[in-house]
Amino acid sequence: MSRNGLMIDYEYCTGCHSCEVACKNELKLPVGKWGIKLAEIGPWQVVDDHYEWNYIPVPTELCNMCEERVANGNPPSCVLHCLAKCIEFGPLEELAKKMEAKGKKVMMYLP
Amino acid sequence: MKKEWQQQEDGVYKVRTCGWSPPGDHPVGCGMHLHIKDGKLVKVEGDPEHPITEGRLCIRCLSLPEYVNHPSRIIHPMKRAGKKGEDKWQRISWDEAWDIIVDKINYYKENYGAESIVVFGGTGREACLYYYPLGFAAIGTPNVCYPQSGWSCYGPRCAITDYILGAGYPEIDYAGYFPDRYDHEGWHLPEYILLWGKEPLKSNPDGFFGHSIIDMMKRGSKLIMVDPRMNWLATRATYHLQLRPGSDTALALGMLNVIINEDLYDHDFVENWCYGFEELSERVQEYPTDKVADITWVKEELIKEAARAYAKAGNSTMGWGLAIDQNPNGVQLGHALLSIVAITGNLDVPGGVTIGPPASLVGKWRVETRAELSEELWDKRIGAKEWPALSTALATTHPDETLDTLETGKPYKLRMGWFNSTNFITPTCSAAPDRWYRALKNLEFCVVQDVFMTPTAMAFADIFLPLSSFAEHDGIVITHYGRNSVFLGAMNKAIQVGECKSDVEMMIELGKRTNPKAWPFNSVEEFFDFQLKPELGFGFAELKEKGLYQPDYEYEKFKKGKLRADGEPGFNTVTGLVELCSTLFESWGEDPLPYFKEPPYSPYSTPDLYKEFPLVLTTGARNYASFHSEHKHVASLREIAPDPIMEIHPDTAKKLGISEGDWVVIENPFGKAKERAHVTPAIDPRVVHAEHGWWYPEKPADEPSLYGVWESNINTLIPHKHIGKLGFGAPFKSILCKVYKAEDQNFYK
Repeated sequence: MSRNGLMIDYEYCTGCHSCEVACKNELKLPVGKWGIKLAEIGPWQVVDDHYEWNYIPVPTELCNMCEERVANGNPPSCVLHCLAKCIEFGPLEELAKKMEAKGKKVMMYLP
Repeated sequence: MKKEWQQQEDGVYKVRTCGWSPPGDHPVGCGMHLHIKDGKLVKVEGDPEHPITEGRLCIRCLSLPEYVNHPSRIIHPMKRAGKKGEDKWQRISWDEAWDIIVDKINYYKENYGAESIVVFGGTGREACLYYYPLGFAAIGTPNVCYPQSGWSCYGPRCAITDYILGAGYPEIDYAGYFPDRYDHEGWHLPEYILLWGKEPLKSNPDGFFGHSIIDMMKRGSKLIMVDPRMNWLATRATYHLQLRPGSDTALALGMLNVIINEDLYDHDFVENWCYGFEELSERVQEYPTDKVADITWVKEELIKEAARAYAKAGNSTMGWGLAIDQNPNGVQLGHALLSIVAITGNLDVPGGVTIGPPASLVGKWRVETRAELSEELWDKRIGAKEWPALSTALATTHPDETLDTLETGKPYKLRMGWFNSTNFITPTCSAAPDRWYRALKNLEFCVVQDVFMTPTAMAFADIFLPLSSFAEHDGIVITHYGRNSVFLGAMNKAIQVGECKSDVEMMIELGKRTNPKAWPFNSVEEFFDFQLKPELGFGFAELKEKGLYQPDYEYEKFKKGKLRADGEPGFNTVTGLVELCSTLFESWGEDPLPYFKEPPYSPYSTPDLYKEFPLVLTTGARNYASFHSEHKHVASLREIAPDPIMEIHPDTAKKLGISEGDWVVIENPFGKAKERAHVTPAIDPRVVHAEHGWWYPEKPADEPSLYGVWESNINTLIPHKHIGKLGFGAPFKSILCKVYKAEDQNFYK
């Protein structure tokens, strides 16, 4: 059986932090600890009026990809609550195909 | 949605609800399940069945248990036990609170007239639906006040729309009306989304679910952003017009110049449905793009390209933001923007701009309750005669005149205040909050209803009435407060915290004591049945089972006689057409056509002052972690947004010796505030942006600190009564300042 992973379409990650807080709720984490944490790249100028500015959530060692929720048939908490719907969960092979179809600004995690 | 809105599972009681506030937002109505264990809210989980939010939730709802269960919440009525401004309180019963309050209301009415009582209402909370009737029908005063200088939030945009289109609020068509959303037959994806002075991802303005923009971008919509800041969304835009704050109207007129002179407008719509096109065409000749480029700091070619792209596209939409209101030249800006939408044929069409029908979906009652007041009393409404353009559209006082009245006691003295979900000595809505603070001390007796002790409550409350959060009461949520509403949602009570009550419960309890004939409702359910049944044919119990109700949308209502009371085709305006040239503005002594006027303080209008205060300050962009002054208590949100942020360009910061994270003072002749510098190229080197809403619940409560309310009070830099000719708009988004590294500063007032 294939392993599951998380895919992030960071073209559309708006930096809303919902994944962070949703995850804290699920794993009951205190202030100062995260199961997924937002990274910010930019803004800095690439050329002329074009700027690099991306938010990218990064799962931490504490992420268990919501085993319990998934076992009960629910999506991981970050996937459900993400405002931009830019996090997907599923078998790695399927996600890899989706990455290829999207064509840019996507990454995949196996926490 | 499932009929069952409550369920029991593994010892957890789960209640479906649509959120509003307190705490947290405009009426977006996000769908969620509240998880209750042992009578306590333990978790909030998004509701995937909700057609708009589909399970998505922002961090303010995800952290709701921290807010609801916070140890510093006020959960019993209290009366002041010390001097005003002193943190000494005594717990009392609801009966005692009502006895004291009713005695005072009667005392002021009998001795000084009902007009000596003023009700203040805040921004965005559920109280927006209820503070008018609280004032008109429970207390009996004509003086209901939204204390933002120039009424600079939503009211101006609604009024402009009333006068120019004769319709309810114009909104981006995001297929919100339809259960099948973006797949709805007959709905079109907007080709371009023009966002003007609006960052909807963080603000969810007036119930528009901001991330719908992302939904549509994924489907292929392109963006044109008009914003002095390059926010994240602007980096995804096809065109970003990074204009000088406050120069917006010139830019809009420049775009109209391109659209008209290059013949890119919709001839059919202009000939059949617009009034005053010739006059507008003549006016825009005064705004050639080279001149507009000089005024706005936007490259001429970019202005032309954006205008052409918008006009040449198929269906395109427009979202206008708070920056239209917070501008003394904002009426003209709103007029110009509606003109752009209209003459490009994007009004009331699929994937364009939706407009509300003449009748409001629920909520008429709140304004109709003013029939409880005699004509004689209604005539005493502060500022109504002096500012007819404002008082015709809005049933409130004029905010700036209200401060003048508090300060001078003219035309009469205000003696009692009621603060309904408003904390306006913090930098939320009022300009010159320090002046308000001094003037409000003239009130003899004050009632505050809120969730937490705030600087405003600490300074003024004699009685504090504890307000319940939306998890703790039954209610309704309706986007755009009933005018152009994509849905009406049921809010279901899941728990009781202490003795807290909702706005509706308090209003009915008070009304039954003061004016029982206007308050026949024996329960909250009965009250909502009365609101819903005549309009929708079903009551509150059925709404709970539906979860929410989407009323559907009819396009091109203007062709079918569905915008006018007389059933004739056209618009509900004086001429029956979209008024590119406004008959009403002219009747009130204003120019009937849009024009650009420099902000009252700017590099060009006050060049001498600019030498000493060489930066343009714009304020009030939002972050995800707070709703204006709310949420400063919530640890997991303060972890994300711990301090007030001022954005400054690296070149400017270097020149001023300022580094990332430095505390800096932002100062001008009116006031000063301390924030932390964020050094970023997202802002023009000539401009700084400072956050609003900041106070510090962790700092001392007693005066003069009032939870540090004067330390980062950015609104003290915004002067009183620098408003537009019709009474709307104030320069919150464009003022001058200087910035320097903070040493020890005294901020007390």
